Amino acid sequence: MQPVIEVENISKQYLIRHEKGLPYQALRDVLVRNAKQILKPGKPKTIESFWALSDVSFQINSGDRVGIIGRNGAGKSTLLKVLSRIVTPTKGRITLRGRIASLLEVGTGFHPELTGRENIFLNGAILGMHKAEIKSKFDEIVAFSEVEKFLDTPVKRYSSGMYVRLAFAVAAHLEPEILIVDEVLAVGDAEFQKKCIGKMKDVSGSGRTILFVSHNLPSLSSLCNKGMVLHKGTVNLPLSPIQDAISHYTKITQHLAQSVISQRTDRQGEGGIRFTAFNLLNAQMQPIDIAVCGQTVIFKLDYCCNKFEAKQIAAAIGIYGLDGQLFTVFANEYAQGNFATAPNSGSMYCTIEKFPLTSGKYALNLIVYCNGIMHDWVQQAAMIEVDDGDFYGTGKTVASTHRSILVAQKWKME
Amino acid sequence: MDKSIVIEPGNEAANYWKDIWHFRSLFYFLAWRDVLVRYKQTTIGIAWSIVRPLLTMLVMAGIGWIFNAPIPNGIPRLLWVCAATLPWQFFSSAFSESSGSLVANANLLTKVYFPRMIVPISSVIVCVFDFLISVSIMLVAMWYYQYMPALQIVWLPFFMVLLFIIALGSGLFIAALNVKYRDFRYVIPFIVQFGLYVSPISFSSTDVLQHAGIPSYIKLLYMLNPVVGVIDGFRWCIFGNISIQWTSVIISVICAFGILMLGIFNFRRMEKSFADVI
Repeated sequence: MQPVIEVENISKQYLIRHEKGLPYQALRDVLVRNAKQILKPGKPKTIESFWALSDVSFQINSGDRVGIIGRNGAGKSTLLKVLSRIVTPTKGRITLRGRIASLLEVGTGFHPELTGRENIFLNGAILGMHKAEIKSKFDEIVAFSEVEKFLDTPVKRYSSGMYVRLAFAVAAHLEPEILIVDEVLAVGDAEFQKKCIGKMKDVSGSGRTILFVSHNLPSLSSLCNKGMVLHKGTVNLPLSPIQDAISHYTKITQHLAQSVISQRTDRQGEGGIRFTAFNLLNAQMQPIDIAVCGQTVIFKLDYCCNKFEAKQIAAAIGIYGLDGQLFTVFANEYAQGNFATAPNSGSMYCTIEKFPLTSGKYALNLIVYCNGIMHDWVQQAAMIEVDDGDFYGTGKTVASTHRSILVAQKWKME
Repeated sequence: MDKSIVIEPGNEAANYWKDIWHFRSLFYFLAWRDVLVRYKQTTIGIAWSIVRPLLTMLVMAGIGWIFNAPIPNGIPRLLWVCAATLPWQFFSSAFSESSGSLVANANLLTKVYFPRMIVPISSVIVCVFDFLISVSIMLVAMWYYQYMPALQIVWLPFFMVLLFIIALGSGLFIAALNVKYRDFRYVIPFIVQFGLYVSPISFSSTDVLQHAGIPSYIKLLYMLNPVVGVIDGFRWCIFGNISIQWTSVIISVICAFGILMLGIFNFRRMEKSFADVI
C-alpha cells in the first residue's frame, strides 16, 4: 500500500530582515533600498536567510498516529504549515493521498460578535466542510461541545473554556483522512482534553492518519503510536515507536540545556562586549532547565570584553512568544539604571523574584549597549521553558489564555 | 477527494480553480459573516445601507444644483444624481473593502488553507448585497416622480456586471499589494475620495467631454476611468433617450477586463508569500 503522506527532501527558507523595528514592509523602504542598490551594488546586508526546514523526508502510512517532537525552532510548526498548504516549501515535494484537515489553532475564524450557532457554520466552512455536511453534524457538534444553553449567545460572552470546547467540537467532527493538529490541546480543562484525545483516537481507529505536535509528552504517548524528532530543521530521529522518540527527545533536550552563545556568529553590534553564555538559575543559584511561574528565577548572562573598557552598560533581555510577539523586556536601564563599569569578564544577573510568565516556551533576545552604542545583539539567544506555578500564592493557576505580566526585578553585577 | 495532492514549489497553480470550487461554501459564509457582523451593536442596523448612499446623493445633488449642472430632457435632478450615486457607492465600498480584506483576515491566512482569492471576492459580494438594498432609494424616488424607466433598462445587468468586474479586479490588485506594502491603507481612501469628485455624479460626463476648454488628451484620460462608462451606462439604461458616449463604454469594457486580468495575475503571483509576509 502506498503511504498517505510522502515527504521528499522538503526545505523551507525564510528571509529575515534585521530592521526589526518595522512591523511590516513599507513601499518607501523598498524604493529606498532599491535606490541604494543602484548606487552601491552588492547584496543588502540587512537580509539574512534562514532554513526553517532543510531536507526533511519521511513517509507515513494510513492509520498511523505520529507525534512530531522537537524544541522550539526545530521546524515543527513550519512543517505542519507546509503540509497544510499554508506556506509553500522552497524545495522538495510532498504527496498527500487523501483529504486533509489541519487544526493549527482552536477556533480559527471565530468571530466574537457572532453566536455559537453562527460560528459553528462559519468555522466549519473555513475548515473545508460543506453547508450540508455541517447541518448534518450540527447536533453532534453541539452535544460534544456542551454549550447547548449558550448557542444563541455571541461567543464574545463565552468563558474561555466554553470557547475552546465549541471550537474543538467543530474541528473534531471534520472527517478527513489526514488530520494535522498543532498543540491546540494545550488549552481547555483536563477533562475536556481527555475527551478530545479520545475523539481523535476514534478518528484514527477508522483508518485515519494523525499528525500531532505537542510539548505535552504524556498526551503524545497516549495518543500517538509513532514519533519523529526534529532538531534545527532536520530530522534528528526518523519515524520510530513513540516511546523511543520521547526518550530520544528527552536526551537531546538535556544536552542542549546550556546554550552556546559564544559560538554564535549571527550577531550584531560593535563587539566590544559580548555575551558568552546564558543560564537560568533558581533562588539557590543552581542551574535549572525549566522556570516555574511565581518562583524566583535568575537570568545569568556571562559576558566578555574584547580589549574594551565598558562604561554605562545597559543590558536587556527581550522575552518573545514563539509567534514572535514581545512579552516583556528586562532591562537594567529602566529597572535601576546603567552599570557604570564592568570587569573584563564576568556575569550579569537579573533576578525576577516572582517569575511572571505562564507555562510555555519563550525565546530570548539579548542586547547590550555601552554609552548608547550597541555592542552585542543576539536574537533568539536562548529558549526557556516555563511551567505553571502558583504566582499569586492562592493555589490557582492562571489560564494560558489570560496571560498578563507583572514584573518586579533586581539586578546586580559581579 | 480521493485524488492525491502534490505540494511542490512552483506547483501552486495546479488545482487552484478546482479548490475554489471545493471551498465554494466559504464565499457564502464569509459574506454572510460580514453582513451579520457589520451592523451588530448599531441602533439603526441595516438602515445604514440606505442612509450612506442617500446622504451622498443629497449632497451631490445639492452641489449640482448650486452650480447649475445641466440635465438633459427635464429629468428630475435627484433621479439623475441617484442613478450615478448608487453605482459609485457600490464601487467605492467594494473597492475599499476588498482591498483591505486580506489584512483584515490575516488570522485566517496564517492558520488555514483555502484559495485566498475567496476573501476579497466575498467582500465584493457583501457590497452587492448593500447595493441591492440601496436600489430601493431609486425605486422610491422614481415612484415619487412618477418616472417610468426606459426600455433600455434590460441592459442594466450588463453594466452591473461590468461594474462588479472593475471593482473586483482593482480590489484583487490592491488587496495583494496591501499584504506586503501597507502604504495602500493610505492610498485607498484617497483614491475613493478623488474618484467621487472626478466621476460624473453631480454632473454628466458630456459636460466634461464636450467642454471646449478641456484639451482632448485630458478627455481621453478621463474616459480611461472605467467607472465613467458604467455611470453613463446606468443613466442611459434608466433614462433612455439621452446621448451616450459609446467610446467611453467600450473603453470601460476593455479597461474592466484588463483590470481583472491584471488583478488576478498579480494576486496569483503574490499569493504564495501571503502567509510569510502578512
